[in-house]
Amino acid sequence: MLSGMATLFRTTAVRLSGLYILLFAACAAFLVFYVTSMSENLLRQQMRETVLSEVAEIQDVFNRAGMNGLLRTLERRARQPGANLYIIANPAGEILAGNVLSLQPGVLDRDGWTETPFRYERFGDEGKSERHAARAEVFLLSNGLKILVGRDLGEPEHFRGLVRQALVVALGIMGIGALAIWYLIGRNALRRMDRMSDASQRIMDGDLSQRLPVGRSGDEFDRLSESLNSMLGRIEKLNEGLRQVSDNIAHDLKTPLTRLRNKAEAALAGKTTPAEYREALSEMIAESDQLIRTFNALLMISRVEAGSAVAEMLPVDLSQIVSDCVELYEPAAEEAGLAVTADVAPDIHINGNRELIGQALGNLLDNAIKYAEGAADGRICVRLERDGEGAVVSVSDNGPGIPAEERANVLKRFVRLDKSRSKPGTGLGLSLVEAVMEVHHGSLALGETGEGIDARGLTATMRFPAAVPAKA
Amino acid sequence: MKILIVEDDLDAAAYLTKAFREAGIVSDHASDGDSGLFLATENSYDALVVDRMLPRRDGLSLISELRARGIHTPALILSALGQVDDRVTGLRAGGDDYLPKPYAFSELLARVEVLGRRKGTPEQDMTYRVGDLELDRLAHVVRRGGREILLQPREFRLLEYLMKNAGQVVTRTMLLENVWDYHFDPQTNVIDVHVSRLRSKIEKDFDQPLLRTVRGAGYMIKDEVSA
Repeated sequence: MLSGMATLFRTTAVRLSGLYILLFAACAAFLVFYVTSMSENLLRQQMRETVLSEVAEIQDVFNRAGMNGLLRTLERRARQPGANLYIIANPAGEILAGNVLSLQPGVLDRDGWTETPFRYERFGDEGKSERHAARAEVFLLSNGLKILVGRDLGEPEHFRGLVRQALVVALGIMGIGALAIWYLIGRNALRRMDRMSDASQRIMDGDLSQRLPVGRSGDEFDRLSESLNSMLGRIEKLNEGLRQVSDNIAHDLKTPLTRLRNKAEAALAGKTTPAEYREALSEMIAESDQLIRTFNALLMISRVEAGSAVAEMLPVDLSQIVSDCVELYEPAAEEAGLAVTADVAPDIHINGNRELIGQALGNLLDNAIKYAEGAADGRICVRLERDGEGAVVSVSDNGPGIPAEERANVLKRFVRLDKSRSKPGTGLGLSLVEAVMEVHHGSLALGETGEGIDARGLTATMRFPAAVPAKA
Repeated sequence: MKILIVEDDLDAAAYLTKAFREAGIVSDHASDGDSGLFLATENSYDALVVDRMLPRRDGLSLISELRARGIHTPALILSALGQVDDRVTGLRAGGDDYLPKPYAFSELLARVEVLGRRKGTPEQDMTYRVGDLELDRLAHVVRRGGREILLQPREFRLLEYLMKNAGQVVTRTMLLENVWDYHFDPQTNVIDVHVSRLRSKIEKDFDQPLLRTVRGAGYMIKDEVSA
């Protein structure tokens, strides 16, 4: 429990609310102080006005009825409950009459309103003497006697006491409330943090499919969990990719390596003529070239997917690149009995890398040639057009196409449909195109060309984001 | 022709020296950047083959230092880094050609020969001649035996590059790089088809073949009769 409390006090929520309460209390204290001092001033002023009006009355009585009338009036007034203080003193300051027993010395020496409260003694309700504080007006009568009219400070002091008490009680209630809120909020935050740490621990233990809990309130905890979850999703995808690659490397790199080794062994074993040696060696070179090609493609894809800067992005003439590639591949396509049509919108410029786009388009054209070869009335159509802000390049063929359910699959590394295993290739072509499109913040989509029923064909569409205006 | 090989892998260097010697090219060898820089400054070579990663001074700094000293011996950079941008950085440092490892020796040889001969080839030759084949660079006209042969613009540039390097092997990659100005891997035999189309145009109706396929390497245009 104690350590639990200690942890609770370390949470941000508790610290923050502590700080809030401190600030709030300071503000409240200031407010109360301000209000009391204002009202006290008001009371003091009222008191002075009362005293002054009484002084005026006493002067009046003295002027009309003389000393006797004055004495009678003071006598009557002094007996009233909650009465003011009245003193008649001789010029030496000795008290002659009034309702005061004794007085702080020096009060009678000066005329006018007393600057500071003074102490005095008088008879209490039970006949005992009581000491009180008061302020008063002292003035001289024309016969040389001094008159003091004062007022006890009991009332304002009582008022101040009340306010103080209210303040203490309010602060106490506030403190208790704050503690309760602290505890609830802090514990709630703590529990959610604990759940997040638990989930993180499970993820660190290797279960990447775990996700952090997300509540329904959409508060900052939930937002944090959500962004951490999407990060985890990305990590899981990368990890999955890595595992897939290592599995595939095992197969697709080891197989040609084995073939390579077997060829070398076969050439060494038994009697081999120089011509056969040459044959074996050149086969081995071809085999290793294929391996190098696979390896390069793999490296590039993984660099792109790791998000590292692969290539410089410059404004390039996409129309030119597409025309170049079409021109480069056209003879090879015609050789394979395919008619090539190109519909290239001019002057489309984008920010990109010429080599990478060339490579991607080359891969698509190479695929189209490989798979449309032998199709009746085989055709390849390359199209470049503006698409809103961006640009779209599509390569269509009327070959066998890819069944819809397989399309996502063929983008994966090393995945080759069974039908295509006999064709040359690394199984990385489309993955590479997709990686290139990712570098360009674009996308690759596979669809069907959709001409006739027998030959559905494949249309690969590269979508580039915002084209840049052509340079003048 | 005499070249300098700057390569820290001694096995690879020994193999290259031997292979170049068999191709009739004399080579010196330096195994680190500093001694490479020293040799390249002190002696006169037709071409340099520089590994990009070297002890003491890397290949790029070697080349830019040479260029700063006003030595413009053509240099080919060998590198295990084969990404698109690595090539650009290599050429920006003053390299003339870039070949990613692993490479085929025939590719390296063809490139070194082209680089080494570059010094002597006057670029201002306005007409290339191989046997009875004639290419007028200014008028964009190709004639063989006095008869004009019509070529597509790309075919013209292909023939121009082949004839500029007449008698030398040019590889498919060199053609893609120099005629199309792309450096990617075209996957298939696209270049071969272009070359065979060109060949049929310049050799159709003529007995004497000019454009040879060099097995395992590339192509060469050569006048077999007078050579």
